[in-house]
Amino acid sequence: MATTQILFWFLSALAIAGAIGVISCKNPLYGVLWLIIVFFAISGHYILMNAQFLAIVNIIVYAGAIMVLFTFVIMFIDLNEHPEIPKNIYIKAAGLIASLCLLIVLVAALSHTSDTRIEMGIGSGVGLIKYLGRTLFNDYVVPFEISSVLFLSAMVGAVIIGKKEKEEKASV
Amino acid sequence: MKIEWYIFLSIALFCIGVAGALTRRNAIIVFMCIELMLNSVNLLLVAFSKMHLSDVLPNAQSAINAQIFVFFIMIVAAAEVSVGLAIIVMMYRNTKSIDINFLNRLKN
Repeated sequence: MATTQILFWFLSALAIAGAIGVISCKNPLYGVLWLIIVFFAISGHYILMNAQFLAIVNIIVYAGAIMVLFTFVIMFIDLNEHPEIPKNIYIKAAGLIASLCLLIVLVAALSHTSDTRIEMGIGSGVGLIKYLGRTLFNDYVVPFEISSVLFLSAMVGAVIIGKKEKEEKASV
Repeated sequence: MKIEWYIFLSIALFCIGVAGALTRRNAIIVFMCIELMLNSVNLLLVAFSKMHLSDVLPNAQSAINAQIFVFFIMIVAAAEVSVGLAIIVMMYRNTKSIDINFLNRLKN
């Protein structure tokens, strides 16, 4: 087995174990830690596929910013006072069966097509920031600028949603 | 490396995310499962981008476009998380709980 394959199987096992950890943990804080493991495994896959820029962005944005935000909210909310009431066992079983059906259908549909046998290309500079940046600022300038507007609106929205209650209390 | 292994890995991660979103009642964990699904789709897009560098379908521009698309998905996910967590905090202030079943009262 080549080194690439060993790394692929190791990272895949890590990602799936982390994902199962996310959905089965009792405390959301441990869920965040499992999710960070998943994100690092996925970043490893990106590096394995020579997408270095996306690997770094994935670590900075997801494992860095988003997970810190999640942790912050979990700390902000006192979960010990209100532990999670488990769902009805039938509803839980129904959810598991539904997702298993989705898994079976997708795997069965995709395992017999010939297009999935294509060997992936290796080693080229496509994932480097030089080429991605050139395309981003030549062909995708408008979407890039629109995304900044999206961020601004998200920021304003988050502040308004977060502040509303306080102002009402202050007015009363 | 054949593309099919990445497809199956992405499907597995996506289905685990679906299972979590359907079976858990904690709003934060449901939200984390949605992040998991977004990431599995990103992984699949990067794998397809590398497929466009193979000998069968050589097209470097498609490969670059796919990775830019993943970048935009990450941007949208970051914006979505900030608003979603603000909504969860507001929900906690109103109901003193982050159980998604409390959102049933939105019906009336």
